[in-house]
Amino acid sequence: MSTPAIEVKGLVKRFDDVVAVDGIDLQIAQGECVGLLGPNGAGKTTTVEILEGLLPPSAGEVCVLGRSWATQAEEIRPRIGVALQETRFYEKLTVRETIELFRSFYRSGLEVDEAARLVQLEEKARAQVGKLSGGQRQRLALAVALVAEPELLFLDEPTTGLDPQSRRAMWDIIDSLKGRGRTVVLTTHYMEEAQVLCDRVVIVDHGKVVAQGTPAALIASLGGEQIIEFCTEPRLDPASLHSLPSLVRVREKNGGALLSVRELHVALPALLLAASQEGTRLVELSTRHATLDDVFLNLTGHSLREEQGP
Amino acid sequence: MRSPLWQLVLFRLRALYREPSTLFWIFAFPLLTSIALGVAFRNRDLAELSVAVADGPGAPELAACLEAAEGLRAERLPLEQARERLRVGRAALVVVPGEPPELIGDPTQPDGRTAKLLAVDALERENGRKDTRSYAAHSVNAPGARYIDFLIPGLLGMSLLSSGVWGIGWALVQMRHGKLLKRLAATPMRRGHFLLSFLLTRTALALVEMAFFVGFARLLFDVRVFGSSVELAGFGLLGSICCGGLGLLVASRSRTLEGASGLMNLATMPMMGLSGVFFSAAHFPSWMQPALKALPLTALNDGLRAIMIDGAGLEAIWLEGAILAAWGVLCYAAALKLFRWQ
Ligand SMILES: Nc1ncnc2c1ncn2[C@@H]1O[C@H](COP(=O)(O)OP(=O)(O)OP(=O)(O)O)[C@@H](O)[C@H]1O
Ligand SMILES: [Mg+2]
Repeated sequence: MSTPAIEVKGLVKRFDDVVAVDGIDLQIAQGECVGLLGPNGAGKTTTVEILEGLLPPSAGEVCVLGRSWATQAEEIRPRIGVALQETRFYEKLTVRETIELFRSFYRSGLEVDEAARLVQLEEKARAQVGKLSGGQRQRLALAVALVAEPELLFLDEPTTGLDPQSRRAMWDIIDSLKGRGRTVVLTTHYMEEAQVLCDRVVIVDHGKVVAQGTPAALIASLGGEQIIEFCTEPRLDPASLHSLPSLVRVREKNGGALLSVRELHVALPALLLAASQEGTRLVELSTRHATLDDVFLNLTGHSLREEQGP
Repeated sequence: MRSPLWQLVLFRLRALYREPSTLFWIFAFPLLTSIALGVAFRNRDLAELSVAVADGPGAPELAACLEAAEGLRAERLPLEQARERLRVGRAALVVVPGEPPELIGDPTQPDGRTAKLLAVDALERENGRKDTRSYAAHSVNAPGARYIDFLIPGLLGMSLLSSGVWGIGWALVQMRHGKLLKRLAATPMRRGHFLLSFLLTRTALALVEMAFFVGFARLLFDVRVFGSSVELAGFGLLGSICCGGLGLLVASRSRTLEGASGLMNLATMPMMGLSGVFFSAAHFPSWMQPALKALPLTALNDGLRAIMIDGAGLEAIWLEGAILAAWGVLCYAAALKLFRWQ
């Protein structure tokens, strides 16, 4: 087996009084596309910045492309591409000038126009950065990360703040970057994004890895792959739900419940029957496939999108 | 060109000329300041001093004699009004006719004293005094001795200081604030190239600034450089690089623009008052002088003035040069130690 692109053991990062990363182990193979998924403050950026050599770890071992940041930084830097969670490129430079500046730091890489074309910014090549939209700026950051044709690409929240259409366009671009042995590490809050782009998802919460695997495997680990959400009036006694056929898990929520079930066609009629036998009226009912969000909710007890307390 | 150093220099240059406000502070501001101050403090011809001749016998002759004297203007008034004029300062002297005429004035006022001397001189001659000798008098109002000649090198020093500190400091803090420094740190960019790009741009700009100053001062005010222009440029560059070091140091850690601008003001404002930009620092009490002399802006201003006004050579200002060099070394060493990329 070839050396992994990234190998991390017992990674810890403390800031004054916060433990941002609390013992993460991670192995990423060459050519893999891995997503770090977690809510705000989970420690994704901190982890990625340590991998990028921008922050020193408080404890733990980090090996990137078979090398260590402490002693071989000069050998790693030319081989990685980085898009930070947020970078304000100089507003008065044009897109082309910005890419060209970054290109000049590397011995080999793409032509400037080629990099702009890859992220579909060729029409904006002569526009100043200050005049770009948010989505175009994120694409510029991606072009700058790509210009050295890195073996290892770090993308910290590449689509945050984009509208659904731009997000989808970004997904297409990132999808086209995979392959040719390139390793991609991206962070995201969006489970759809991880589901679409990543070979493997690492779910992070409070600085720890709570689960990892392919999106399909993680969802399968829930047991029930279908979700029924409903509300009744008056409130249905939760005890009456436990006898439903093919039920895996009940999670109460205001006025109703969220049921994980294996087989929708068995569980749903039984639920309707139970509701009418108890003399309650359904005011809301919906069904869907389970997502990584449900995996996350199940693992941590809170939702991916909620701001979490310290 | 793909050289990283050249690309970084291009980056700095583009940032400079695409930012009109920088250009305003570097060029328009000193120009406007020197025009305003040059006009306010230009050397004017002295106004004639006004003498009030009180009414009385012989008053017309007295008034005619005084009016004819150079530097005096005479007016005839009743005594009371003449005294009133003196009291409010609209006349420098009151002359009451008589034998001999009586002179009333305030000897503590320069105008009063001068008017009295001029009046006595004119009246004595009128009375038949013969001068025993005649003096050859030459008047001087030559370039080199005026306020504007003093002001221009001071403004140049101030401008080199503020463009050094703000030009380097502000750009760095802005880049750190926007995480651009962090992004650059993630590339294989040589750290030395980054610093060098700032110094090269600063040097180029300082040369343009100096040429601009010398040019407009010559054209508008006939201010000349009595020493060597090459030495002026060399000394100015030393000062500019030293001030750039100050900017680098001040901006070595700040993440916020507010914090940084406070620090930069703190680094530059006091010196603008203390280092003899608008008036000579020699006016401050003598116990302050050693400290004032050690300030980089004082050294820069003194050196620039020595070259521009006194025509001094570099050997005459070695001390100022050494002070600047010491500040430079200190600032760069501290800045490189403290600098953070994020
Ligand atoms: N420089 C710092 N100093 C102090 N605390 C920090 C610093 N950087 C991050 N933290 C803290 O570490 C924790 C993890 O932050 P991190 O930025 O890694 O989260 P994240 O998962 O990237 O979140 P987000 O999705 O909001 O980007 C947070 O509690 C944050 O407040
Ligand atoms: Mg983050």
